[in-house]
Amino acid sequence: MHEMGIANSVLDAVRAERRRFPGGHVHKVGVRIGELAGVDPDAMSFCFEALVRGTDLEPLALEIEYSPRRYQCRTCGQSYAASRDDSACPACGSLDSQFSGGDELELAYLEVEDGARVAGT
Amino acid sequence: MERVSLERKVLSENDRIAADLRARFTEHDILCLNLISSPGSGKTSLLERTLDSFDRRERAAVLTGDIQTENDAKRLARSGFPVKQITTGGTCHLDARMIERALLDWRLEDIDLLLIENVGNLVCPSSYDLGEAAKVVVLSVTEGEDKPLKYPSIFFKSELLVLNKIDLLPYVPFDIAVAEENARRVHRDMEIVRVSCQTREGMAEWLSWLDCKRGNSRAAASAS
Repeated sequence: MHEMGIANSVLDAVRAERRRFPGGHVHKVGVRIGELAGVDPDAMSFCFEALVRGTDLEPLALEIEYSPRRYQCRTCGQSYAASRDDSACPACGSLDSQFSGGDELELAYLEVEDGARVAGT
Repeated sequence: MERVSLERKVLSENDRIAADLRARFTEHDILCLNLISSPGSGKTSLLERTLDSFDRRERAAVLTGDIQTENDAKRLARSGFPVKQITTGGTCHLDARMIERALLDWRLEDIDLLLIENVGNLVCPSSYDLGEAAKVVVLSVTEGEDKPLKYPSIFFKSELLVLNKIDLLPYVPFDIAVAEENARRVHRDMEIVRVSCQTREGMAEWLSWLDCKRGNSRAAASAS
């Protein structure tokens, strides 16, 4: 299980980013996880909560935006999300498509309490 | 409540080190491959047969990752090529910093081919870029043919699938055509070779894939 290391990387990023908001508290961090990122959202949430507990980051929530594999059909141009075991275009059935996303492991956003000053921006 | 957009990769520190390794590999004209599979699929055997087939003047080296023991490094060192064990002590994958550290006392000038054997695991290693030119996933016929569907990340990110232990096909209910079809559902352009490390069937195809990649890496280095 490597979600512990990944959750730790998220918290490192939160610690680094929160310096930009002196006096503010970061309440939530948003992370985008693609189906092909190889990261299990439940394990990630479990590790995140365990790592946050008892630290100065509390209370800090994690919001995971989970995204399926996405393709654009080269035959009819349709953009679509593939189901787990079928990546054919749902509109025309073609298998000739361009991969367009679903392997992300990204920090999307932070939610900071009102009134915090944004330093250096 | 104010929402601040970040839009950056979670593993940006690993990716930074991996990018640095990749630049060094290109500079020294090294082809680096990252071999990934579940435990017991035959990565070490494949590397043993590969090293055995090389001329002694070949400038190949191996980094092999395991949670515990130096067993794989001992097996591979019999080939006479430089081999180093990375013992992770519990971590289920290799990361770029482990590779950087392991390479500290090797002269990159003396290496043309760096083969990295990752920790046996189909999940975690897929998230960590090691600076390799390509990932290679090994699947043996004693496993399920639905592995590509269960672990899409690694099959999607690997350039080549090595279907290993094909000498056992008569004895196991493994449908090799279904396994290949499943791999291509996840990764349409996946290259596939069928290999037996025991009978050496298919070794020639694997070695010619390797040669082809080495040709490409030399071309990329001379172009840069």
